[in-house]
Amino acid sequence: MEIRLKEELKHPLSKWIREDRWPHIWCSGCGIGIAMSSFLYALEELKIEPREVAIVSGIGCTGRVAGYVKVDSYHTTHGRPIPFAIGLKIAKPEMKVIVFSGDGDIVSIGGNHLIHAARRNFDIIVICVNNFNYGMTGGQFGPTTPYKAKTTTTPYGNFEYPFNLPYLAASAGATFVARWTVLHTYYLRQSIKKALKRNGFSFIEVISPCPTGFGRPNKIGEAIDEMKYYKEKSIIKNGIDPKDAELSFHGGNIVVGEFVEIERASYIEILKQSIEEIKGGQK
Amino acid sequence: MSVKILTGTHYMLGDHACAEGAIAAGCRFFAGYPITPATEIAEWISIRLPKFGGVYIQMEDELASMAAVIGASCGGLKSMTATSGPGFSLMVENIGLAVMMEVPCVVVNIQRGAPSTGLPTLVGQADVMQAKWGSHGDYEIVAYAPASCQEMFDLTIEAFNTAERYRIPVIILSDEAVGHLREKVVIPEEKAIKLIERKKPDVSPEEYIPYKTNGDLVPPMAIAGEGYFVHMTGLTHDERGYPAISGEAHEKLVRRLIDKIQKNRGDIIKFEEIETDDADILIVSYGITARSSLKAVQILRKEKIKAGLLRLITIWPFPYEKIEEYAKKVSKIVVAEINSGQVRGEVLKAIKNDLPVIGVHKLGGDLITPYEIVEKIKED
Repeated sequence: MEIRLKEELKHPLSKWIREDRWPHIWCSGCGIGIAMSSFLYALEELKIEPREVAIVSGIGCTGRVAGYVKVDSYHTTHGRPIPFAIGLKIAKPEMKVIVFSGDGDIVSIGGNHLIHAARRNFDIIVICVNNFNYGMTGGQFGPTTPYKAKTTTTPYGNFEYPFNLPYLAASAGATFVARWTVLHTYYLRQSIKKALKRNGFSFIEVISPCPTGFGRPNKIGEAIDEMKYYKEKSIIKNGIDPKDAELSFHGGNIVVGEFVEIERASYIEILKQSIEEIKGGQK
Repeated sequence: MSVKILTGTHYMLGDHACAEGAIAAGCRFFAGYPITPATEIAEWISIRLPKFGGVYIQMEDELASMAAVIGASCGGLKSMTATSGPGFSLMVENIGLAVMMEVPCVVVNIQRGAPSTGLPTLVGQADVMQAKWGSHGDYEIVAYAPASCQEMFDLTIEAFNTAERYRIPVIILSDEAVGHLREKVVIPEEKAIKLIERKKPDVSPEEYIPYKTNGDLVPPMAIAGEGYFVHMTGLTHDERGYPAISGEAHEKLVRRLIDKIQKNRGDIIKFEEIETDDADILIVSYGITARSSLKAVQILRKEKIKAGLLRLITIWPFPYEKIEEYAKKVSKIVVAEINSGQVRGEVLKAIKNDLPVIGVHKLGGDLITPYEIVEKIKED
């Protein structure tokens, strides 16, 4: 039986979404969609117009965000969305340039770009969805994979230690650093809004389930089980030193919150001032 | 007072002439990483570009430099980077992205002795094939080989024009000897410099289809922030710019990317023919080695040996037709280049008869002298 609706159902974020690209490629239970919608609601609530926004992604599951958002969007090479975004932002300083990509893209192959963008306090927002593995290629370990975790390339357990991403970003010079899970949509949205309103380098880690790639081999269960873990083990600790922001999958805590928020002249601010001085000095 | 390009006659370093040419071409963004023997381009740009309101940014590596150049071009700025072999090896990753996204930009490679770290301070011409095939996959590229400081200026402007016209990355494949040469450069009046700008959409955002072409194989390019909401990807994509993972979509896209250069070969390819009308021996050369070749022609002519020079100004696309034409007229072709025979291979590909093709090669570090070319011709 065919059911026809009298009125066409519209997604509340349809203004921001390339609906002609639906359905998306993400697995059921994946948290990337929640991270994406939190971001889009943040834009909506701040009354930012789509033409003011550009999204740059790299390669991987989260890298596909760029293709689904109806703004100027660039799906670049693996690891390079941050330097691409730097070029774009310099050309279009009036735009909000957001790098939306995964942990493998941002922290492994693109790790060098991350620390240098943070060091420069460059005016972009990096939203890094961390699902602890390379999902797109079928669940291999990466620099965020917890110690002892099983993946398709750590069949005997991971014997490397992972990065603490907020600590890494903060140490490198990021002036706004937050971590939330996809369970914390309200707080995540508030942090994204805060980042959208400020200059300089903002880094937001979003912990996400990956039931297909990471959940299954590590017996975490379905996405809902991982969300339950977040609910049970997350502790909000705003303002703490990010080096103490614990992140455990072995019964320990997941420390979330806004850890860093400091004022420091941003790259674009200094650049504009510097160009004015140089141009002014040549009478 | 507005700042102006350096119109007038100068005694100028090749690398500086290249940088000044970029500024004259309207380049307003440069992302780079220091490397011998290309650093002087970055230094000159970092002094001059801010005065024009442009931006020099020194990136953490060449991967980032090339990515930033593409990003800035997507934001509407004419953009460039400059490097040498080791850096170019890193840049080829995103040169492929620029090819696929169709983003205009200019990449300068001041070649030094290679492979690997090779001879940082000494000349080489062994990146010819890397310029063509460096990034993975089938694609066409345009590469210029300046042979003088004047050409470092002129061809940099031309490189920007070609990049904008065809929405492609264009390579300036220079060499250490030309980059570090100092000689006369004449910079014309700003208004006498002909500039080509990329085609912009002439329809509203609602009607705009990002990769739809209008007959000439090059789609108009919307830049960020103008409400066109482009999606660009390195994935194989359809006319909307959306990923299209199929052999059919791939065939259509990659064929057009190849065709937009191949079908415009006539407009892109440039060469210079010296003393070739009655030539019995044709020397084919480019870059700094073309200057030794020219002297060799003069020496041979004095000795009543009918030699001529075909100097390649564009190396890619390669002028196969021109070589084939000469192959029917001359008794031998001599290729002089500082590598083991990269252009000689292309010459062999071009000729249909059993004409002897002789190579005069050094592998890097030293220039090929005119007498070495002359002797090779005589001993053969």
